[in-house]
Amino acid sequence: MNVIIYLLPMALGLGLVGLFAFLWSLRSGQYDDLDGAALRVLSDDDVRREQGRAS
Amino acid sequence: MSEVSDLSAFTHKRDDGTLEVQLAVEGVTCGACIQRIESAVRKLPGIVDARLNFTDRRLNVTWRDGALQPTRVFAELVRLGYRGHPFQPLKAEEQEITETRFLMRCLAVAGFAAMNIMLLSVSVWSGNVTDITPETRDLFHWASALIALPAAAYAGQPFFRSALRAIRARQLNMDVPISLGVTLALVMSVIETANHATHAYFDSAIMLLFFLLCGRYLDHAVRRKTRAVAGNLAALKADVAHRLEGNEVTTVAIQMVRVGDRLLVRPGERIPADGVILSGKSEIDESLVTGETARRAITIGATIYSGSMNFSGALTMRVMAAPGRTLLDEIERLLDKSLAGKSRYIRLADRVSRRYTPVVHLTAALTAIGWLIAGASLHDAVITAIAVLIITCPCALALAIPAVQVVASGTLFRSGVMLNAPDALERLAEADTVVFDKTGTLTLPEPHVDNAAAIDPALLEIAARLGLSSRHPLAVAVAQEAHIRLPYDGAVEETGQGIRAVVDGHEARLGSAAFCGVASLQKTDAATSTICFSHNERTALFEIRQKLRPEAARVVQALAGMGFEIHILSGDRPEAVQPVADELGIANAHAGLKPADKIAAIEAMKAAGKRVLMVGDGLNDAPALAAAHVSLSPISAADLTQAHADAMFIGDSLRPVLDTIAVARRARTLMWQSLAFAIGYNLVAVPLAAAGLVTPLIAAAAMSGSSILVTLNALRARKRFHEAQASSLNFVFPACC
Repeated sequence: MNVIIYLLPMALGLGLVGLFAFLWSLRSGQYDDLDGAALRVLSDDDVRREQGRAS
Repeated sequence: MSEVSDLSAFTHKRDDGTLEVQLAVEGVTCGACIQRIESAVRKLPGIVDARLNFTDRRLNVTWRDGALQPTRVFAELVRLGYRGHPFQPLKAEEQEITETRFLMRCLAVAGFAAMNIMLLSVSVWSGNVTDITPETRDLFHWASALIALPAAAYAGQPFFRSALRAIRARQLNMDVPISLGVTLALVMSVIETANHATHAYFDSAIMLLFFLLCGRYLDHAVRRKTRAVAGNLAALKADVAHRLEGNEVTTVAIQMVRVGDRLLVRPGERIPADGVILSGKSEIDESLVTGETARRAITIGATIYSGSMNFSGALTMRVMAAPGRTLLDEIERLLDKSLAGKSRYIRLADRVSRRYTPVVHLTAALTAIGWLIAGASLHDAVITAIAVLIITCPCALALAIPAVQVVASGTLFRSGVMLNAPDALERLAEADTVVFDKTGTLTLPEPHVDNAAAIDPALLEIAARLGLSSRHPLAVAVAQEAHIRLPYDGAVEETGQGIRAVVDGHEARLGSAAFCGVASLQKTDAATSTICFSHNERTALFEIRQKLRPEAARVVQALAGMGFEIHILSGDRPEAVQPVADELGIANAHAGLKPADKIAAIEAMKAAGKRVLMVGDGLNDAPALAAAHVSLSPISAADLTQAHADAMFIGDSLRPVLDTIAVARRARTLMWQSLAFAIGYNLVAVPLAAAGLVTPLIAAAAMSGSSILVTLNALRARKRFHEAQASSLNFVFPACC
């Protein structure tokens, strides 16, 4: 059962990475325009670098 | 005379020295609009970035200071077929956004913690029936504690704060037993873990928070969306004034108008502030202020109120603080009085929690005493009592009402009704009497062409497109009939006479009888205005008058069929009110009422035990709306009136009144069902917990099971509205493609 010593922190660490990734995406305004995001993907204009900004 | 636009009230400087403005954009309907608008605006010189938020229909433009006149952006939008309105987020909306984001973070933390703890808990549960060693179990419990305690401290904040506020106010709300249950579950689990016990309740406590946060987040998300649309509509109403400074006209935001300013009011514009006329002569339509439909002739020295429509001539006015004893003063005084007299409505959830909380705490205490008498140790007695508190922690009960609320207000939102007051739904369900204002409520706020059906459609189309070039109220009424909403090139307006343009090689004219070369006709009655049209020898005469809202008759009939008592309380003349009452079949119509009379009438109904739903739009209705049990306003209502309405509806039809009542009543039924279910669940669970039979596994299953059932029940509030639904939002965002 010694393997738990590694597995527990790893599982927690992965979970925390997910949590912080979500909090970061929330902060960078990725949930501000959900309807727009669904439509933007259809446009061809992906040459311009999109800027993620919090409004 | 030169004209400039002052947008400084709406722009703000960003850290990098660029300027930013937010515009509410009218006409955005599909994905292609995003591309068209953004790429066109970005091509303007000096623009740093333009980004359209499709959800909120708002365009965020940033530009280098001095490199661009922001008015170019407006012109560009108009060229593309959209209309932009400078927009300033309301304070209420900003607060809602901050609150929603905070709840989202809490939800994320609780979700992360719940998943990880459940992973550990399931291992413990399956280990308990196989071969887990006590050491491993302790390790898992400590690991759970390590996740649960900080997570609960963060994600529980919304509940802890609300509970503290309630206790400070010496009241009980649902958050008190929730906070107590969560805290006790965590404390007990830590103590038990330290004593190497088999059971710990970390998973239940965190899962409880997660479910409750879901409900609370959705509640705020719906409210935020409502506020966003309300904010756009406020911007669309274009609260600007034209200020005269020497020989220059500056267009300023209405918030920037100060007492003493000289303002120019053109025909077809609403008076932006209270004041007196300095020069000019006109007729004004005060129906939004007093409900009176006959126009008032005004000249130099006359007092005018904000919200009135300037009909015929350009006016210069000086802004004055309302000098005592005016109409507005009276309305504000009445408002204060009726707001003070309004007893605070106690929401269903609070009423339930006031009864529920003491009962639960008493049961827990009795459990502990019972076990002590039966000879159990103090430790076991306390553990069992806490188990009772955990299992009765009102997860389902606290979700029952918000879940229905969320689904019902979402349904209403889609059919064009926006709830202002959080408890509006419950009060709407209780109404048994409906009081309508006439002008702008039963009738449409803007006049319409009455004889459109009798006119050749081709001719009507030309006249209507010609009308698009004018702001004169009669021309605007004709313009509403246009199918192609594109004005003719080279249309010329001759002030006080009409508009002319060359269409298909012939001159078309819309305006007065003399201007169009038509023999003038006798006016039929005071409420009807006429405007003439000529094109290539053909002429037409449009009769323009206030029309009933579409479906008004059907709605009134349906309400009467549902057993509602219906009244009209109007500030208009009896001659104008009676025909409307007759047409709709309303027997109780009262005309010529002052704001105070309306309140008196409503108070009399309340004294007779009626619960009054007031539907009104005018400034004169504001006190009556505040005095009624619950109130509704069309979106065209005066600002002050809207602020006091519990809900607003979009669109021309009166149907939302019926829909709102139907949804509210259905929601109330579902709320009671969910409450009954939640109480039934407790009746089963409490004896089990008191008998000491509840393990953490059972607690987790029972709690999530009951929460999910309550939520599913709430989804039944999604009743569809085939007719009203689609049309409503198109009103705000008319189709472009």
